[in-house]
Amino acid sequence: MMTTVYINKQIVNVEEGSSIFDAAAKAGIKIPTLCHVENQLPKGACRVCMVDVEGARNMVASCTTPVAEGMKITTNSKSVREARKFVVELLISEHCGECKTCVRNEDCELQQLATEMGIMEIAFPGETLKTFIDDSTPALVRDSGKCIKCRRCMTVCNEIQGVGSLFAQGRGFESKIGPAFDQHLDGVVCVQCGQCAAICPVGAITEKEHIDFVWEAIEDPTKFVVVQTAPAIRAALGECFGYEPGTLVTGKMASALRLLGFDRVFDTNFAADLTIMEEGTELLTRLKLALVDKQQVALPQFTSCSPGWIKYAEYFYPEILDNISSCKSPQQMFGAVAKTYYAKKAGVDPKDIVVVSVMPCTAKKFECQRPEMNDSGFQDVDYVLTTRELARMIKQSGIDFRSLEDGTMDSPMGNGSGAADIFANTGGVMEAALRTAYQIVTGRELPVKNLHLLPVEGLEGVKKASLKIEGCLPAWSFLEGVELKVGVAHGLGNAKKIIEAMRVGEEFHFIEVMTCPGGCIGGGGQPRFTTNEIRKKRIQAIYSEDEGKQVRKSHENPEVLQIYEEFLKQPLSHLSHDLLHTKYFDRN
Amino acid sequence: MTELKPQIASCNCGEVHEDELYERLKIIVQSQRTIPGALIPVLQTTQNLFGYLPEKALRIISKELKKPYSEVAGVVGFYSYFSTTPKGKYTIRVCLGTACYVRGGQDVLKALQKELNIGIGGTTPDKKFSLEVGRCFGACGLAPVVMVGDQTFQRVKPTGVSEILNSFE
Repeated sequence: MMTTVYINKQIVNVEEGSSIFDAAAKAGIKIPTLCHVENQLPKGACRVCMVDVEGARNMVASCTTPVAEGMKITTNSKSVREARKFVVELLISEHCGECKTCVRNEDCELQQLATEMGIMEIAFPGETLKTFIDDSTPALVRDSGKCIKCRRCMTVCNEIQGVGSLFAQGRGFESKIGPAFDQHLDGVVCVQCGQCAAICPVGAITEKEHIDFVWEAIEDPTKFVVVQTAPAIRAALGECFGYEPGTLVTGKMASALRLLGFDRVFDTNFAADLTIMEEGTELLTRLKLALVDKQQVALPQFTSCSPGWIKYAEYFYPEILDNISSCKSPQQMFGAVAKTYYAKKAGVDPKDIVVVSVMPCTAKKFECQRPEMNDSGFQDVDYVLTTRELARMIKQSGIDFRSLEDGTMDSPMGNGSGAADIFANTGGVMEAALRTAYQIVTGRELPVKNLHLLPVEGLEGVKKASLKIEGCLPAWSFLEGVELKVGVAHGLGNAKKIIEAMRVGEEFHFIEVMTCPGGCIGGGGQPRFTTNEIRKKRIQAIYSEDEGKQVRKSHENPEVLQIYEEFLKQPLSHLSHDLLHTKYFDRN
Repeated sequence: MTELKPQIASCNCGEVHEDELYERLKIIVQSQRTIPGALIPVLQTTQNLFGYLPEKALRIISKELKKPYSEVAGVVGFYSYFSTTPKGKYTIRVCLGTACYVRGGQDVLKALQKELNIGIGGTTPDKKFSLEVGRCFGACGLAPVVMVGDQTFQRVKPTGVSEILNSFE
């Protein structure tokens, strides 16, 4: 059923039950808001989106008001503009923070709106909120003084991620968005995914910066500083320099990293391929134990690349920890081999090596500080920069990013296959693993179009597929005719759905979970603001990077073959176990 | 669907062992955990049971009702009715809703503070009375209203507060 309304005298036909906000958007009329975002139900929290409805007693919040037949709506009149301005002035009067010293300066919706509305003075210079800084966790910093209580963070934390660290506490001027009873984040369940920091309209939740540590290491002549960049960075970093979302900047990024002063520019993609060798072999080993040796073995196997997911499982599903691949994430594998294999190869004392990661992720800052992540004899990864922090460093150093020539990564840990690229996308790790596992088992390529097992478009939260294994090589004949069932979830709320489905009897062999919606390309450390449209563009860019590569399977990456030959010997070897595998802990 | 009603625990005099109270709490929570909107009635019952909302009880409620602890805390912090600190035997609530306010609720509150020698949210050293402020009990025609425990006193004058207090053992 359609409803006809009049917005600024323009006739607009919309679905019955649509909000005024959505109806206006459909007509190309932008209504400002500080709380409403896609993928979340309207909250009516900020009151900025007020409009005038003929016959209504007061102005209404357009995000929470459904249209009615014949409704006459005014979004742009003097009184509406003044009312909105008044609301923003009230928010500013409470807001405690100086724009010029705020990390979100020029990346702040409140600041932008104040500029648009022409707010040139503090209209109500009364009491401001109290600044209460929570920097208790490795990844996130919260500043209650800047919070405008839009509730986006608590909605993403509760409804998208199903974690529930944050909720509205207290009432009125004293109210805060945060953990229970003013606790610090490190005292409560928080997986450090940073989706709150990615969605905060102001500077109330941000990543904990490692920029200064990295500058210091680069300046220190006794340190040998190597950098790795995750697959998702190359499809998003350009956005910080005015490129269209979905523009690949792999070559410029490599050049910029070199100019920043890193001694070696490597690629997490190398470690992603290494992960596949280990994780794919682990999956086949589990299947063999189950099918041939008839042993009790934990299946399905879950992926382990996403540290937010790991922490989530440690809190909420400790009973499935045995199902999670024992493989470290690519970031941590890289750190462990950089300070052993590469140190020896380059003749550098590992104590002098500083490993810096550039990640789309805030949880990686937490992951690198996990006490067990020191199998090289040192902290395997020292510092983690988000994509946003890398962009800030490039700007700080005066590099004209757009005019850079394309550079390349260093060898022997700077090349990745197409399978490694797609680690950035939801579904990518699973597909990468199957490209290798299927070929090991059958000697043939994965028999799907373009090597993509799942539809590459669309952002469904849970995807499932099955693959019949046929024509096995003799050593793998026990898998002949097996219908391999795989599942993919992104966003932890969707991980929960797939685990619950598993509990009521749905069969899977292999499940990939990525913490953030869209996968790493939508990570908590990516350029702001990530919308579904931008997610899709980044995903597309990553697939085109994959499809453009000669080597699209991890087991064909020459650098990976080299490290096995020279160092690790074979997947799941003793040394691999020592350096590349880990264990998890019940945090419940 | 079972009707949701806060259950009044018969006793919070301290004679029941704490472990017994937690046993009762578990039974109550388990009986209500599938009912939508159970959180507030369960919190009310729990406060009746313990006299306040101890952290351990809130953790149990969060776990059993599958609500994040932050949400449980958010609801507790929103309603002035709920308290996370132990209360006296009787909780005095002085209404400061609009009608009671204009008819002198504030003066009654001041008189009670002076008489009991405690502030808002405080409890007397003998643990007999706690003092709270209420926001409209829905009895505006009787303003100003004071509640002591579950008894209501109407048209209270500042000079009459000691008589009210003396009527409680």
